[in-house]
Amino acid sequence: MNVLGKLAPWILFAILLAVAPFIFTSGTSRTMLSIMALSIIFALSYNMLLGQTGLLSFGHAVYYGLGGFVAIHAMNAVIRNKYAIPLPVIPLVGGAAGLFFGIVFGSVSTRRAGTVFSMISLGLGELVASSALILRTFFGGEEGITTNRSRLAPFFGYKFGPQIEVYYLIACWCFVCILLMYAITRTPFGRMCNAVRENPERAEFVGYSARMVRFIAFSLSGLFAGIAGSLAALNFEIMNTQSIGAVQSGLVLLMTFVGGAASFIGPIIGAVLITYLQVTLSDVTGAWQLYFGLLFIVMVMYSPGGIAVWLALHEPIYRGGQLGRLMPAYAINAIPLIVMIAGGILLIELADWALVKAETEGPETSVFHIPMNSNSFVPWIVAIVLFVGGALALKRTWPLVQDAWGAALARIREQPA
Amino acid sequence: MTALSLQNVTKSFGQMEIIRGVTLDVPQGERHAVIGPNGAGKSTLFNLISGRFPISAGSIRLEDQEISGLRPYEINRRGLSRSFQVTNIFPRLSVYENIRCAVLWSLGYKYSFWRGVNGLADARERSEDIMERIGLAARRRDQAGVLTYAEQRALEIGITIAGGARVILLDEPMAGMSRSETEHAVALVRKVTEGKTLLMVEHDMGVVFGLADRISVLVYGKIIASDTPQRIRENAAVKEAYLGEEAH
Repeated sequence: MNVLGKLAPWILFAILLAVAPFIFTSGTSRTMLSIMALSIIFALSYNMLLGQTGLLSFGHAVYYGLGGFVAIHAMNAVIRNKYAIPLPVIPLVGGAAGLFFGIVFGSVSTRRAGTVFSMISLGLGELVASSALILRTFFGGEEGITTNRSRLAPFFGYKFGPQIEVYYLIACWCFVCILLMYAITRTPFGRMCNAVRENPERAEFVGYSARMVRFIAFSLSGLFAGIAGSLAALNFEIMNTQSIGAVQSGLVLLMTFVGGAASFIGPIIGAVLITYLQVTLSDVTGAWQLYFGLLFIVMVMYSPGGIAVWLALHEPIYRGGQLGRLMPAYAINAIPLIVMIAGGILLIELADWALVKAETEGPETSVFHIPMNSNSFVPWIVAIVLFVGGALALKRTWPLVQDAWGAALARIREQPA
Repeated sequence: MTALSLQNVTKSFGQMEIIRGVTLDVPQGERHAVIGPNGAGKSTLFNLISGRFPISAGSIRLEDQEISGLRPYEINRRGLSRSFQVTNIFPRLSVYENIRCAVLWSLGYKYSFWRGVNGLADARERSEDIMERIGLAARRRDQAGVLTYAEQRALEIGITIAGGARVILLDEPMAGMSRSETEHAVALVRKVTEGKTLLMVEHDMGVVFGLADRISVLVYGKIIASDTPQRIRENAAVKEAYLGEEAH
């Protein structure tokens, strides 16, 4: 039972990875699933630094991007020379590149933790991103480097032309990488990463070099980021300088933070959610990056532990069978929350239209499929009323949640152990 | 054999000389206390011996090996471990994790990331044993940060001795404790340092005179006397510089 209990989440996850493309069958969703799977690897590799070792990096895309570029050059070399190397092996090349650059840059940046480390990571990120624009032969300038994954040697008859085949390739790598990264957290080294995160000085007085722990964590994190980058390369069949820059580094930070750096599962949740929002929001609104920024600020202010911590808070309530008691309070609070968010979205969309698009496309727009004029006062006033009214109402209804929590916890305490 | 030997150790911060030529030999198995007024340099001396700060001049030898200039982890690996005046634990790790992190290196697991930590029977047994000895076995799952002050002090000692160091430095292990907590802590220190060399800084004179085989008095960065508790109690210079009425 115990062994099965431990394996259950992994089996469930494997099943989920296997059936997902049959639930979401469109081409877009399958592409999105592929991006989610590789983003999970990327975010977890980032969390080896942030959550496990306490290193806040602003330049993690360097290892993702360099892994991707080396992988795409490797693919082109394989195609050119007609080597009998199939596509599934390519992430090993990207991973090796990520590891190599992790070792090189890690030896410089992991001497110190804290702000010094963060600033060096930012500097290295900028250095590599700007070099990428100069070294055109390797990085391909603004156009990037392209490849054709189906021209590599077939792997048991698969040529990885269709998206579904690529998805399964990425999903397999995703599963293996998650398993490996999880296993690392449960080794002597993984535990010392936590110790160094908690108190690097004390770790030195029990025999461990905090710098060496940080360096190994950084190098391994580069390895997995490189694998993620090479999966991106074979998924998109193009790598450009964007994937190496600050935006990509910011995105992985966002995924990890929103999902929750304190738990292993947090970055997985974050990668899935942020990838979903990234793909869908960018189709719906021009201001999608603003929403990302707001989401980040809201999470930092109200739930700094991320979604995972928020879910973990509910675990004892769920175990105590009291989750149902929270639901009425949540339902009541959902109403003003939705009104407030709707008002906020309306404000942002009106502002986006008025400031960006009205000049060329005129003031007539539609938000939530409702036609409106961004020059008229009415939609603006409605937006402000919805937002402020929702916020004020939420302030009034929030004590209901606190009361419900208090009642649920009291009941659990009363239960016999 | 001399477990710890300091020869003419000095330490300056800028123009200010905090430790002014300390010479001290601690034989193996001795319980040696360093006392002195506030600002005498006791904690600085500990920081020098344990490698937290580099010395300005002199020599520090651990079991006849020079250790000055080494990093704290290198000194720890050679068999010297220390505790801190201000509790210095891993606050968000469990009590068990705190102790286990402190035993891993000494058992040879180093930076290994290819074998599971939970399957290491020797690390588990040693950690269990330490938790029993410091009286925290019942709190093994609790986060170290939520323990009471006295429990955190016990954990601090547990982390210090877990690696099996032969020379133990305890920096004010009884600081901030009530009378009953102190009695308990003295018994604990006595028990866990059995057969080891102990160098401790402590302000509680009752503790010092009860526990130490020998006492050194540090005043303004210099050792003015180093002798048995009885003789220290009778030493006129010590009385004048520091002990006063406290020794009675």
